[in-house]
Amino acid sequence: MADTTTLTAPKAADDGARWRSRGRSRRSTRTVRAVTSAVIVAAVALAVLIVPPVAQLDQQAVDLALKLQPPSLDHPFGTDDVGRDLLLRCVYGLRVSLLVGLVAALVATVIGTAVGAAAAAFGGWTDRIVMRLVDTFSSVPHLLLGIFIVAMFRPGVWPVIVSVALTHWLSTARIVRSEVLSLRSRPYVDAAVSGGSSRWRITVRHLLPGVLPQAGLAAVLMVPHAMWHESALSFLGLGLPSHQASLGNLVQTARGSLLAGDWWPTLFPGLFLIVPTLAIAGLAGVWRERINPRRRSELML
Amino acid sequence: MLELLGITAGYEPGAPVVRGASVTVAPGESVGLLGPSGCGKSTLARVAALLHRPDAGTVTIDGTRATGWRHRAPKARRTAIGVVFQQPRLAADPRLRLTDLIAEPLRAGGRRAEVTGRVGELARTVGLTDDLLGRRPHEVSDGQLQRACLARALVLRPRWLVCDEMTAMLDASTTAALVTVVEEYRRAEGAGLLAVGHDRVLLERWCDRTVRWTEIAEAV
Repeated sequence: MADTTTLTAPKAADDGARWRSRGRSRRSTRTVRAVTSAVIVAAVALAVLIVPPVAQLDQQAVDLALKLQPPSLDHPFGTDDVGRDLLLRCVYGLRVSLLVGLVAALVATVIGTAVGAAAAAFGGWTDRIVMRLVDTFSSVPHLLLGIFIVAMFRPGVWPVIVSVALTHWLSTARIVRSEVLSLRSRPYVDAAVSGGSSRWRITVRHLLPGVLPQAGLAAVLMVPHAMWHESALSFLGLGLPSHQASLGNLVQTARGSLLAGDWWPTLFPGLFLIVPTLAIAGLAGVWRERINPRRRSELML
Repeated sequence: MLELLGITAGYEPGAPVVRGASVTVAPGESVGLLGPSGCGKSTLARVAALLHRPDAGTVTIDGTRATGWRHRAPKARRTAIGVVFQQPRLAADPRLRLTDLIAEPLRAGGRRAEVTGRVGELARTVGLTDDLLGRRPHEVSDGQLQRACLARALVLRPRWLVCDEMTAMLDASTTAALVTVVEEYRRAEGAGLLAVGHDRVLLERWCDRTVRWTEIAEAV
Protein backbone atom coordinates (compact mmCIF):
# COMPACT_ATOMS: atom_id res chain seq x y z
CA MET A 1 0.00 0.00 0.00
CA ALA A 2 2.77 2.34 0.87
CA ASP A 3 4.25 1.79 -2.58
CA THR A 4 1.05 2.68 -4.41
CA THR A 5 0.57 5.91 -2.53
CA THR A 6 4.08 7.09 -3.28
CA LEU A 7 3.63 6.19 -6.94
CA THR A 8 0.27 7.85 -7.41
CA ALA A 9 1.04 11.06 -5.62
CA PRO A 10 3.36 12.54 -8.31
CA LYS A 11 0.99 11.29 -11.01
CA ALA A 12 -1.86 13.29 -9.55
CA ALA A 13 0.34 16.37 -9.61
CA ASP A 14 1.14 15.73 -13.29
CA ASP A 15 -2.52 15.47 -14.13
CA GLY A 16 -3.06 18.90 -12.69
CA ALA A 17 -0.50 20.07 -15.31
CA ARG A 18 1.49 21.88 -12.70
CA TRP A 19 4.47 23.73 -14.06
CA ARG A 20 7.78 22.61 -12.67
CA SER A 21 11.07 24.40 -13.05
CA ARG A 22 13.68 22.40 -14.96
CA GLY A 23 16.44 24.56 -13.52
CA ARG A 24 18.74 23.86 -10.62
CA SER A 25 16.91 22.23 -7.77
CA ARG A 26 19.42 23.40 -5.18
CA ARG A 27 17.91 26.23 -3.21
CA SER A 28 19.80 29.47 -2.98
CA THR A 29 21.16 30.44 0.40
CA ARG A 30 20.15 34.03 -0.24
CA THR A 31 17.37 34.15 2.34
CA VAL A 32 19.62 32.67 5.00
CA ARG A 33 22.38 35.13 4.17
CA ALA A 34 20.01 38.07 4.13
CA VAL A 35 18.37 37.19 7.43
CA THR A 36 21.65 36.44 9.20
CA SER A 37 23.23 39.67 7.96
CA ALA A 38 20.16 41.72 8.88
CA VAL A 39 20.02 40.25 12.38
CA ILE A 40 23.71 40.93 13.02
CA VAL A 41 23.51 44.47 11.65
CA ALA A 42 20.41 45.16 13.77
CA ALA A 43 22.11 43.73 16.88
CA VAL A 44 25.21 45.85 16.26
CA ALA A 45 23.15 48.99 15.70
CA LEU A 46 21.17 48.38 18.91
CA ALA A 47 24.35 47.65 20.87
CA VAL A 48 26.21 50.79 19.85
CA LEU A 49 23.14 53.01 20.18
CA ILE A 50 21.63 51.69 23.42
CA VAL A 51 24.46 50.31 25.57
CA PRO A 52 26.44 53.51 26.19
CA PRO A 53 23.50 55.70 27.38
CA VAL A 54 21.64 52.90 29.22
CA ALA A 55 24.44 50.96 30.90
CA GLN A 56 26.09 54.05 32.43
CA LEU A 57 29.32 52.14 32.97
CA ASP A 58 32.73 53.74 32.71
CA GLN A 59 34.66 52.08 29.92
CA GLN A 60 37.88 53.60 31.29
CA ALA A 61 37.37 52.24 34.85
CA VAL A 62 40.75 50.76 35.78
CA ASP A 63 40.92 47.89 38.27
CA LEU A 64 44.48 46.64 38.50
CA ALA A 65 43.44 43.79 40.81
CA LEU A 66 41.46 42.29 37.93
CA LYS A 67 44.00 42.72 35.17
CA LEU A 68 44.05 40.16 32.32
CA GLN A 69 41.19 38.05 33.67
CA PRO A 70 40.05 35.39 31.19
CA PRO A 71 36.39 35.47 30.07
CA SER A 72 34.03 34.79 32.98
CA LEU A 73 30.43 35.55 33.94
CA ASP A 74 31.37 38.96 35.37
CA HIS A 75 33.44 39.92 32.35
CA PRO A 76 32.16 37.88 29.34
CA PHE A 77 35.08 39.00 27.18
CA GLY A 78 37.64 39.13 29.99
CA THR A 79 39.64 42.18 31.04
CA ASP A 80 42.63 43.93 29.52
CA ASP A 81 46.07 44.60 30.98
CA VAL A 82 44.83 47.36 33.30
CA GLY A 83 41.64 45.56 34.31
CA ARG A 84 39.13 47.32 32.04
CA ASP A 85 36.09 45.31 30.91
CA LEU A 86 36.69 44.25 27.31
CA LEU A 87 33.04 43.83 26.31
CA LEU A 88 32.32 47.44 27.17
CA ARG A 89 35.52 48.62 25.46
CA CYS A 90 34.61 46.62 22.35
CA VAL A 91 31.14 48.18 22.16
CA TYR A 92 32.63 51.66 22.51
CA GLY A 93 35.29 50.82 19.94
CA LEU A 94 32.69 49.55 17.51
CA ARG A 95 30.74 52.75 18.05
CA VAL A 96 33.69 54.88 17.00
CA SER A 97 34.55 52.61 14.09
CA LEU A 98 30.96 52.60 12.81
CA LEU A 99 30.76 56.39 13.10
CA VAL A 100 33.95 56.77 11.10
CA GLY A 101 32.81 54.16 8.60
CA LEU A 102 29.37 55.66 8.00
CA VAL A 103 30.43 59.30 7.78
CA ALA A 104 33.47 58.58 5.65
CA ALA A 105 31.48 56.34 3.29
CA LEU A 106 28.80 59.02 2.95
CA VAL A 107 31.32 61.77 2.19
CA ALA A 108 33.28 59.52 -0.18
CA THR A 109 30.11 58.59 -2.07
CA VAL A 110 29.00 62.19 -2.44
CA ILE A 111 32.43 63.26 -3.73
CA GLY A 112 32.71 60.21 -5.99
CA THR A 113 29.24 60.62 -7.46
CA ALA A 114 29.76 64.32 -8.12
CA VAL A 115 33.18 63.82 -9.77
CA GLY A 116 32.13 60.76 -11.77
CA ALA A 117 28.89 62.30 -13.00
CA ALA A 118 30.64 65.55 -13.92
CA ALA A 119 33.40 63.73 -15.81
CA ALA A 120 30.92 61.65 -17.79
CA ALA A 121 28.43 64.46 -18.39
CA PHE A 122 31.03 66.89 -19.74
CA GLY A 123 33.02 64.25 -21.61
CA GLY A 124 35.93 65.09 -23.88
CA TRP A 125 38.96 66.70 -22.29
CA THR A 126 37.34 67.26 -18.89
CA ASP A 127 36.63 63.54 -18.69
CA ARG A 128 40.16 62.59 -19.73
CA ILE A 129 41.89 64.95 -17.31
CA VAL A 130 39.66 64.07 -14.35
CA MET A 131 39.95 60.33 -14.89
CA ARG A 132 43.75 60.51 -15.28
CA LEU A 133 43.82 62.40 -11.96
CA VAL A 134 41.74 59.62 -10.42
CA ASP A 135 44.19 57.06 -11.83
CA THR A 136 47.11 59.00 -10.38
CA PHE A 137 45.52 59.11 -6.94
CA SER A 138 44.61 55.44 -6.98
CA SER A 139 48.14 54.46 -7.99
CA VAL A 140 49.28 55.57 -4.53
CA PRO A 141 48.37 52.90 -1.93
CA HIS A 142 45.31 53.95 0.09
CA LEU A 143 47.00 53.48 3.44
CA LEU A 144 50.03 55.57 2.47
CA LEU A 145 47.82 58.41 1.26
CA GLY A 146 45.67 58.08 4.38
CA ILE A 147 48.73 58.26 6.65
CA PHE A 148 49.91 61.35 4.78
CA ILE A 149 46.57 63.10 5.35
CA VAL A 150 46.29 62.04 9.01
CA ALA A 151 49.82 63.23 9.69
CA MET A 152 48.85 66.78 8.79
CA PHE A 153 46.38 67.05 11.72
CA ARG A 154 46.30 66.49 15.47
CA PRO A 155 45.02 62.94 16.31
CA GLY A 156 41.25 62.66 16.64
CA VAL A 157 38.14 61.28 15.00
CA TRP A 158 37.72 63.93 12.32
CA PRO A 159 41.18 63.71 10.72
CA VAL A 160 40.61 59.96 10.39
CA ILE A 161 37.24 60.53 8.73
CA VAL A 162 38.76 63.06 6.34
CA SER A 163 41.60 60.72 5.52
CA VAL A 164 39.34 57.74 4.85
CA ALA A 165 36.84 59.80 2.83
CA LEU A 166 39.51 61.43 0.67
CA THR A 167 41.12 58.11 -0.19
CA HIS A 168 37.96 56.15 -0.94
CA TRP A 169 35.94 58.23 -3.40
CA LEU A 170 37.99 57.06 -6.38
CA SER A 171 36.23 53.73 -6.98
CA THR A 172 32.80 55.33 -6.64
CA ALA A 173 33.81 57.98 -9.18
CA ARG A 174 34.78 55.22 -11.64
CA ILE A 175 31.56 53.26 -11.10
CA VAL A 176 29.37 56.35 -11.47
CA ARG A 177 31.24 57.55 -14.54
CA SER A 178 30.85 54.27 -16.38
CA GLU A 179 27.16 54.02 -15.45
CA VAL A 180 26.54 57.59 -16.63
CA LEU A 181 28.40 56.93 -19.88
CA SER A 182 26.20 53.92 -20.53
CA LEU A 183 23.01 55.85 -19.70
CA ARG A 184 24.09 58.84 -21.76
CA SER A 185 23.99 56.92 -25.02
CA ARG A 186 20.37 55.80 -24.55
CA PRO A 187 17.75 57.20 -26.92
CA TYR A 188 15.79 58.82 -24.11
CA VAL A 189 18.72 61.16 -23.54
CA ASP A 190 18.65 61.96 -27.27
CA ALA A 191 14.95 62.68 -26.89
CA ALA A 192 15.67 65.01 -23.96
CA VAL A 193 18.35 66.84 -25.95
CA SER A 194 15.92 67.22 -28.81
CA GLY A 195 13.32 68.53 -26.38
CA GLY A 196 15.65 71.35 -25.39
CA SER A 197 16.96 70.07 -22.03
CA SER A 198 20.23 71.58 -20.86
CA ARG A 199 23.21 69.45 -19.83
CA TRP A 200 22.46 70.19 -16.19
CA ARG A 201 18.82 69.21 -16.51
CA ILE A 202 19.65 65.93 -18.23
CA THR A 203 22.22 65.10 -15.53
CA VAL A 204 19.86 65.85 -12.66
CA ARG A 205 16.65 64.54 -14.18
CA HIS A 206 17.74 61.48 -16.14
CA LEU A 207 21.30 60.45 -15.34
CA LEU A 208 21.67 60.82 -11.55
CA PRO A 209 18.43 58.98 -10.67
CA GLY A 210 19.65 56.20 -12.95
CA VAL A 211 22.97 55.77 -11.14
CA LEU A 212 21.70 56.21 -7.58
CA PRO A 213 21.12 52.47 -6.96
CA GLN A 214 24.69 51.71 -8.03
CA ALA A 215 26.11 54.63 -6.07
CA GLY A 216 24.11 53.59 -2.99
CA LEU A 217 25.46 50.07 -3.29
CA ALA A 218 29.00 51.40 -3.59
CA ALA A 219 28.36 53.50 -0.48
CA VAL A 220 27.21 50.52 1.57
CA LEU A 221 30.17 48.42 0.44
CA MET A 222 32.37 51.38 1.39
CA VAL A 223 31.33 51.21 5.06
CA PRO A 224 33.24 47.97 5.86
CA HIS A 225 36.16 49.22 3.82
CA ALA A 226 36.26 52.49 5.75
CA MET A 227 36.00 50.66 9.08
CA TRP A 228 38.96 48.47 8.22
CA HIS A 229 40.91 51.50 7.10
CA GLU A 230 40.19 53.30 10.36
CA SER A 231 41.27 50.27 12.37
CA ALA A 232 44.44 49.98 10.33
CA LEU A 233 45.31 53.63 10.99
CA SER A 234 44.56 53.24 14.71
CA PHE A 235 46.56 50.02 14.85
CA LEU A 236 49.53 51.86 13.43
CA GLY A 237 49.08 54.47 16.14
CA LEU A 238 48.17 57.20 13.65
CA GLY A 239 44.42 57.24 14.07
CA LEU A 240 42.55 57.89 17.26
CA PRO A 241 44.40 58.83 20.46
CA SER A 242 45.39 55.57 22.16
CA HIS A 243 43.33 56.08 25.34
CA GLN A 244 40.14 56.26 23.27
CA ALA A 245 38.62 52.83 22.62
CA SER A 246 38.63 51.95 18.96
CA LEU A 247 38.90 48.46 17.52
CA GLY A 248 42.31 49.18 16.04
CA ASN A 249 43.58 50.64 19.33
CA LEU A 250 42.27 47.67 21.29
CA VAL A 251 44.12 45.18 19.09
CA GLN A 252 47.24 47.35 19.17
CA THR A 253 47.41 47.63 22.98
CA ALA A 254 46.65 43.93 23.43
CA ARG A 255 49.47 42.81 21.17
CA GLY A 256 51.92 42.50 24.09
CA SER A 257 49.70 40.22 26.15
CA LEU A 258 49.04 37.99 23.14
CA LEU A 259 52.70 36.92 23.28
CA ALA A 260 52.15 35.88 26.90
CA GLY A 261 49.34 33.56 25.82
CA ASP A 262 46.36 35.80 26.70
CA TRP A 263 44.22 35.43 23.59
CA TRP A 264 41.03 37.26 24.56
CA PRO A 265 42.13 40.90 24.37
CA THR A 266 42.98 40.51 20.66
CA LEU A 267 40.39 37.93 19.61
CA PHE A 268 37.23 39.79 20.65
CA PRO A 269 38.05 43.21 19.13
CA GLY A 270 39.09 41.35 15.98
CA LEU A 271 35.76 39.52 15.83
CA PHE A 272 33.94 42.79 16.49
CA LEU A 273 35.65 44.20 13.43
CA ILE A 274 35.17 41.21 11.12
CA VAL A 275 31.64 39.99 11.91
CA PRO A 276 29.73 43.31 11.55
CA THR A 277 31.65 44.27 8.39
CA LEU A 278 30.86 40.89 6.82
CA ALA A 279 27.21 41.33 7.79
CA ILE A 280 27.08 44.77 6.16
CA ALA A 281 28.76 43.40 3.04
CA GLY A 282 26.29 40.50 3.03
CA LEU A 283 23.34 42.89 3.05
CA ALA A 284 24.93 44.87 0.23
CA GLY A 285 25.40 41.64 -1.72
CA VAL A 286 21.71 40.80 -1.41
CA TRP A 287 20.83 44.31 -2.56
CA ARG A 288 23.14 43.96 -5.54
CA GLU A 289 21.46 40.71 -6.56
CA ARG A 290 18.17 42.52 -6.41
CA ILE A 291 19.12 45.46 -8.62
CA ASN A 292 21.21 43.36 -10.99
CA PRO A 293 20.09 39.73 -10.79
CA ARG A 294 22.02 38.60 -13.84
CA ARG A 295 25.36 39.21 -12.22
CA ARG A 296 26.23 36.86 -9.40
CA SER A 297 26.89 38.71 -6.23
CA GLU A 298 30.44 38.81 -5.04
CA LEU A 299 31.85 40.50 -2.01
CA MET A 300 34.06 43.40 -2.91
CA LEU A 301 35.93 44.55 0.13
CA MET B 1 13.50 74.10 -45.91
CA LEU B 2 15.26 71.18 -44.16
CA GLU B 3 18.25 70.43 -46.31
CA LEU B 4 20.88 67.75 -45.79
CA LEU B 5 23.73 68.00 -48.27
CA GLY B 6 26.58 65.54 -48.74
CA ILE B 7 26.32 64.09 -45.23
CA THR B 8 29.04 61.68 -44.23
CA ALA B 9 28.61 60.36 -40.72
CA GLY B 10 29.69 57.47 -38.57
CA TYR B 11 30.55 56.44 -35.05
CA GLU B 12 34.24 55.70 -35.45
CA PRO B 13 36.83 57.82 -37.21
CA GLY B 14 37.55 56.61 -40.72
CA ALA B 15 34.57 54.23 -40.88
CA PRO B 16 31.47 56.18 -41.92
CA VAL B 17 28.12 54.40 -42.03
CA VAL B 18 26.58 57.12 -44.22
CA ARG B 19 28.49 58.61 -47.13
CA GLY B 20 27.49 61.61 -49.24
CA ALA B 21 23.76 61.50 -48.45
CA SER B 22 21.53 64.40 -49.53
CA VAL B 23 17.83 64.91 -48.79
CA THR B 24 15.65 68.01 -49.02
CA VAL B 25 12.30 68.50 -47.33
CA ALA B 26 10.25 71.54 -48.29
CA PRO B 27 7.99 73.22 -45.68
CA GLY B 28 4.76 71.28 -45.37
CA GLU B 29 6.08 68.45 -47.49
CA SER B 30 6.39 64.85 -46.35
CA VAL B 31 9.31 62.80 -47.60
CA GLY B 32 9.64 59.07 -47.09
CA LEU B 33 13.13 57.62 -46.98
CA LEU B 34 13.23 53.93 -47.84
CA GLY B 35 16.19 51.76 -47.08
CA PRO B 36 17.11 48.26 -46.01
CA SER B 37 18.00 47.46 -42.44
CA GLY B 38 21.44 48.63 -41.35
CA CYS B 39 22.07 51.01 -44.25
CA GLY B 40 22.52 54.07 -42.02
CA LYS B 41 19.13 55.73 -42.35
CA SER B 42 18.70 56.07 -38.59
CA THR B 43 22.07 57.78 -38.42
CA LEU B 44 20.96 60.19 -41.13
CA ALA B 45 17.76 60.84 -39.16
CA ARG B 46 19.86 61.61 -36.06
CA VAL B 47 21.97 64.04 -38.10
CA ALA B 48 18.82 65.72 -39.41
CA ALA B 49 17.56 66.12 -35.83
CA LEU B 50 20.91 67.69 -34.78
CA LEU B 51 21.62 64.74 -32.48
CA HIS B 52 24.74 63.45 -34.20
CA ARG B 53 27.57 65.52 -35.63
CA PRO B 54 28.40 64.47 -39.20
CA ASP B 55 32.01 64.14 -40.32
CA ALA B 56 31.27 66.11 -43.48
CA GLY B 57 28.34 67.82 -45.17
CA THR B 58 25.92 70.55 -44.18
CA VAL B 59 22.51 70.66 -42.57
CA THR B 60 20.44 73.75 -43.34
CA ILE B 61 17.27 74.45 -41.41
CA ASP B 62 14.99 77.29 -42.54
CA GLY B 63 17.88 78.93 -44.38
CA THR B 64 20.40 78.83 -41.52
CA ARG B 65 23.26 76.44 -41.64
CA ALA B 66 23.59 74.32 -38.48
CA THR B 67 26.99 74.70 -36.84
CA GLY B 68 26.46 72.93 -33.51
CA TRP B 69 25.03 69.58 -32.64
CA ARG B 70 23.39 68.18 -29.51
CA HIS B 71 23.89 70.66 -26.65
CA ARG B 72 25.90 73.02 -28.83
CA ALA B 73 22.92 73.64 -31.05
CA PRO B 74 20.81 76.60 -29.88
CA LYS B 75 17.78 75.46 -27.89
CA ALA B 76 15.30 77.00 -30.33
CA ARG B 77 16.94 75.18 -33.24
CA ARG B 78 16.88 71.83 -31.46
CA THR B 79 13.25 72.12 -30.45
CA ALA B 80 12.20 73.13 -33.97
CA ILE B 81 12.65 69.47 -34.90
CA GLY B 82 10.50 66.84 -33.23
CA VAL B 83 11.90 63.31 -33.21
CA VAL B 84 10.12 59.99 -32.76
CA PHE B 85 12.41 57.03 -32.29
CA GLN B 86 12.05 53.44 -33.37
CA GLN B 87 11.96 51.76 -29.97
CA PRO B 88 9.68 53.51 -27.49
CA ARG B 89 11.06 51.36 -24.62
CA LEU B 90 14.51 52.85 -25.03
CA ALA B 91 13.28 56.32 -25.88
CA ALA B 92 11.35 56.74 -22.62
CA ASP B 93 12.98 57.33 -19.25
CA PRO B 94 11.74 54.34 -17.19
CA ARG B 95 11.33 56.54 -14.10
CA LEU B 96 8.88 59.08 -15.54
CA ARG B 97 5.12 58.67 -15.64
CA LEU B 98 3.65 59.21 -19.10
CA THR B 99 2.37 62.67 -18.10
CA ASP B 100 5.86 63.75 -17.06
CA LEU B 101 7.31 62.13 -20.16
CA ILE B 102 5.09 64.25 -22.41
CA ALA B 103 5.51 67.40 -20.30
CA GLU B 104 9.32 67.12 -20.03
CA PRO B 105 10.13 69.37 -23.04
CA LEU B 106 7.74 72.06 -21.72
CA ARG B 107 9.35 71.94 -18.28
CA ALA B 108 12.85 72.03 -19.78
CA GLY B 109 11.84 75.18 -21.64
CA GLY B 110 10.45 76.79 -18.49
CA ARG B 111 6.85 76.70 -19.72
CA ARG B 112 5.31 74.98 -16.71
CA ALA B 113 2.11 76.99 -16.93
CA GLU B 114 1.12 75.29 -20.18
CA VAL B 115 1.75 71.74 -18.92
CA THR B 116 -1.78 70.75 -17.79
CA GLY B 117 -3.58 72.11 -20.81
CA ARG B 118 -1.16 70.97 -23.48
CA VAL B 119 -0.64 67.47 -22.06
CA GLY B 120 -4.39 66.88 -21.77
CA GLU B 121 -4.97 68.12 -25.30
CA LEU B 122 -2.21 65.96 -26.78
CA ALA B 123 -3.25 62.89 -24.78
CA ARG B 124 -6.70 63.18 -26.36
CA THR B 125 -5.15 63.63 -29.80
CA VAL B 126 -2.94 60.54 -29.61
CA GLY B 127 -5.54 58.50 -27.74
CA LEU B 128 -4.17 58.06 -24.22
CA THR B 129 -6.62 57.83 -21.34
CA ASP B 130 -6.09 59.50 -17.96
CA ASP B 131 -5.46 56.10 -16.42
CA LEU B 132 -2.59 55.45 -18.84
CA LEU B 133 -1.10 58.90 -18.24
CA GLY B 134 -0.49 58.05 -14.59
CA ARG B 135 1.45 54.88 -15.38
CA ARG B 136 5.17 54.34 -15.87
CA PRO B 137 6.62 52.99 -19.15
CA HIS B 138 6.87 49.37 -17.96
CA GLU B 139 3.14 49.36 -17.20
CA VAL B 140 1.98 50.18 -20.73
CA SER B 141 2.29 48.41 -24.08
CA ASP B 142 4.72 49.38 -26.84
CA GLY B 143 1.93 50.98 -28.85
CA GLN B 144 0.72 53.08 -25.92
CA LEU B 145 4.29 54.12 -25.13
CA GLN B 146 4.93 55.11 -28.74
CA ARG B 147 1.76 57.25 -28.61
CA ALA B 148 3.24 59.04 -25.59
CA CYS B 149 6.58 59.45 -27.40
CA LEU B 150 4.77 60.98 -30.38
CA ALA B 151 2.93 63.34 -28.03
CA ARG B 152 6.30 64.35 -26.51
CA ALA B 153 7.66 65.09 -29.99
CA LEU B 154 4.64 67.28 -30.79
CA VAL B 155 4.39 69.09 -27.46
CA LEU B 156 6.58 72.04 -28.49
CA ARG B 157 4.85 72.40 -31.90
CA PRO B 158 7.97 71.70 -34.01
CA ARG B 159 8.12 72.97 -37.59
CA TRP B 160 9.82 69.73 -38.65
CA LEU B 161 9.21 66.12 -37.72
CA VAL B 162 11.68 63.28 -38.03
CA CYS B 163 10.08 59.85 -37.62
CA ASP B 164 12.75 57.18 -37.42
CA GLU B 165 10.91 53.90 -38.15
CA MET B 166 8.16 55.15 -35.86
CA THR B 167 5.81 52.25 -36.59
CA ALA B 168 8.26 49.40 -37.12
CA MET B 169 7.29 47.55 -33.94
CA LEU B 170 3.55 48.24 -33.95
CA ASP B 171 0.43 46.53 -35.27
CA ALA B 172 -1.57 47.85 -38.21
CA SER B 173 -4.27 49.68 -36.28
CA THR B 174 -1.80 51.52 -34.01
CA THR B 175 0.29 52.36 -37.08
CA ALA B 176 -2.76 53.85 -38.78
CA ALA B 177 -3.70 55.82 -35.66
CA LEU B 178 -0.19 57.27 -35.25
CA VAL B 179 0.09 58.18 -38.93
CA THR B 180 -3.30 59.91 -38.71
CA VAL B 181 -2.11 61.93 -35.71
CA VAL B 182 1.04 63.00 -37.56
CA GLU B 183 -0.94 63.95 -40.67
CA GLU B 184 -3.50 65.94 -38.66
CA TYR B 185 -0.73 67.80 -36.90
CA ARG B 186 0.97 68.57 -40.20
CA ARG B 187 -2.26 69.87 -41.72
CA ALA B 188 -2.86 72.11 -38.71
CA GLU B 189 0.69 73.45 -38.32
CA GLY B 190 2.11 73.05 -41.83
CA ALA B 191 5.10 71.08 -40.58
CA GLY B 192 7.48 69.20 -42.85
CA LEU B 193 8.10 65.49 -42.29
CA LEU B 194 11.03 63.17 -42.88
CA ALA B 195 9.76 59.63 -42.38
CA VAL B 196 12.42 56.94 -42.34
CA GLY B 197 11.48 53.30 -42.76
CA HIS B 198 11.71 50.08 -44.70
CA ASP B 199 7.99 49.55 -45.26
CA ARG B 200 7.50 50.66 -48.89
CA VAL B 201 3.70 50.28 -48.93
CA LEU B 202 3.26 52.38 -45.81
CA LEU B 203 5.63 55.16 -46.83
CA GLU B 204 4.18 55.42 -50.34
CA ARG B 205 0.66 55.76 -48.93
CA TRP B 206 1.78 58.17 -46.20
CA CYS B 207 4.23 60.56 -47.87
CA ASP B 208 4.06 63.04 -50.74
CA ARG B 209 7.16 61.49 -52.25
CA THR B 210 9.49 58.67 -51.34
CA VAL B 211 13.18 58.38 -52.06
CA ARG B 212 15.27 55.27 -51.97
CA TRP B 213 18.47 55.09 -50.00
CA THR B 214 20.46 54.11 -53.11
CA GLU B 215 19.26 57.29 -54.89
CA ILE B 216 20.40 59.73 -52.20
CA ALA B 217 23.56 58.21 -50.76
CA GLU B 218 26.78 56.76 -52.09
CA ALA B 219 27.58 53.17 -51.29
CA VAL B 220 29.76 52.92 -48.19
